[in-house]
Amino acid sequence: MEIHDKKEIKARKRTKYILIGISVIFIVFLLVLPIISIIINSLKQGFEFYFSALSTDYVISSLGVTLFATVISVIVNTAFGVVAAWLLTKFTFRGKHVLSTLIDVPFSISPVIAGLAFIMTFGRLGWANGIIESINNALGTDIQIVFAIPGVVLATIFVTFPFVSREIVPVLNSVGRDEEEAAAIMGAGGFTIFRKVTFPHIKWALLYGVILCTARALGEFGAVSALSKTRGKTFTLPLEIDALYMAGSADSITAAFAVSSLLVLIAVVVLILRNILEFRTKSRNSTRKDK
Amino acid sequence: MVLKKRAKQVRVIPGYRLTFGITVAMLSLLVLIPLASVLVYSFKISPSEFWSLITAKNVLSAFGTSIVCSAIAAFINAVFGLILAWVLVKYDFPGKRILDGLIELPFALPTAVAGITLSKMYSDTGFPGSYLSSIGIDVSYTHLGIVLALVFIGIPFTVRAVQPVLEKIDGQYEEAAHMLGSSRRRTFWKVIFPELFPALLTGFGLALARGIGEYGSVIYISGNSAKNGTQVVSYVIMQKLERTKYDEAAAIALVLLIISFVLLFAINIIQIRHAKRVSLR
Repeated sequence: MEIHDKKEIKARKRTKYILIGISVIFIVFLLVLPIISIIINSLKQGFEFYFSALSTDYVISSLGVTLFATVISVIVNTAFGVVAAWLLTKFTFRGKHVLSTLIDVPFSISPVIAGLAFIMTFGRLGWANGIIESINNALGTDIQIVFAIPGVVLATIFVTFPFVSREIVPVLNSVGRDEEEAAAIMGAGGFTIFRKVTFPHIKWALLYGVILCTARALGEFGAVSALSKTRGKTFTLPLEIDALYMAGSADSITAAFAVSSLLVLIAVVVLILRNILEFRTKSRNSTRKDK
Repeated sequence: MVLKKRAKQVRVIPGYRLTFGITVAMLSLLVLIPLASVLVYSFKISPSEFWSLITAKNVLSAFGTSIVCSAIAAFINAVFGLILAWVLVKYDFPGKRILDGLIELPFALPTAVAGITLSKMYSDTGFPGSYLSSIGIDVSYTHLGIVLALVFIGIPFTVRAVQPVLEKIDGQYEEAAHMLGSSRRRTFWKVIFPELFPALLTGFGLALARGIGEYGSVIYISGNSAKNGTQVVSYVIMQKLERTKYDEAAAIALVLLIISFVLLFAINIIQIRHAKRVSLR
């Protein structure tokens, strides 16, 4: 019996090391190597080139567009995410499951279709084009959606739409409704309940949702690419990277990687924050269990 | 039971109408109505024209490439996702938290950045591309490259689908199976794997759905050659848009949308069924 157990332990250990080995090699090749490759490629022609590549007019303009689109998307999607999460977790109603599936739609459809959808709504042949034109005629404005900044913003909102609600819903589901119901019975209003009862539960999930939404909005490519055609005016950072890379010369490719390194930095910060936040919630949950 | 139901209908917590209104309005304006425009637009095309547009040789070939490459990538992701989830849940080792954190990198890294990097790494001048091409394996500008990019994009989906389920599986079943004389391999396949299968299938479906529509990470490494059949569906839609062939773009997009919705629906059914099975216990 003892011999059998020793064998068993040995076999278990062997499996353990093989599986850990496979995992580490897989992750290093698939995920770590690309990061290192971006950094090496971006510094290929020295630091001076690196910083000059980051300070061209095109890059600065695209940074402005990217930040603008990101800030608006995050505001819109945070507002939506909190409201939708409240609706989906605090109430029971017919069609709830359908609604929550529809909110997740932008997750699983091609970003190119998101771009296309706005072209077909607001483009020259889209059905809403007449509405926009009559508004422009009435007010004397010149609002353009497709191939202009509003289109870029709409596309960015679309692709990041479910991010915040998706982070909050599971947290609120696990907390349940009892506390809010008690507060409501004791006469608290909706906003007071949210501020005093619900918000403390979701603040970390909300923060993480906002971070994820920001990261994704900064990096959106496919949807924006369909709706933005003017370099230096409506291009976002990923589009600028695409333009630089496709130009094909050694200099422009290095510049493309230099701009990419900015976005890598943001991605790494997001990952670190995520881990800190997750660690926080996990350790808090375990101390709660101990009580 | 009756009382409970009535209590729910009364809705003690305020804000149902307000939040319902805001949620539905924003969802419709920002997501559903634009998507419906694609549908409206493709209704303008006559059925026979629609059929000939989507059965054009390069379109069919693009659908084939996207679906087959995504399925292969999702399968690879399911296998490695299971291994990674297992390692992260069952074992302790130095650097585990870093490994765990890295899984989410493809979510955080912009697709275009991933695309140009993978393309550069696996071209015949990059590392490890130059070594691979010297032994006769070309990755960039082939189907292999497309699969690689889709494995990169899809890995978080499978790991994160399996991980929480594996965490919840009770060690008692494993122990009981072991006590009853089951070998470890048998215990895994007969006791643990059936529990994990719905989650694994969900992860597979999510990675597949994401892969079929993927654009940014694929278009650089694929080479987009119609002759070699390395164009993906998203690329073909974008190409049609650039040439302002909106009818064709809408028709292809509609088919892609239908595929996505069917996948999404299937994933939801798997999840609901699994949730029911678990709650029955």
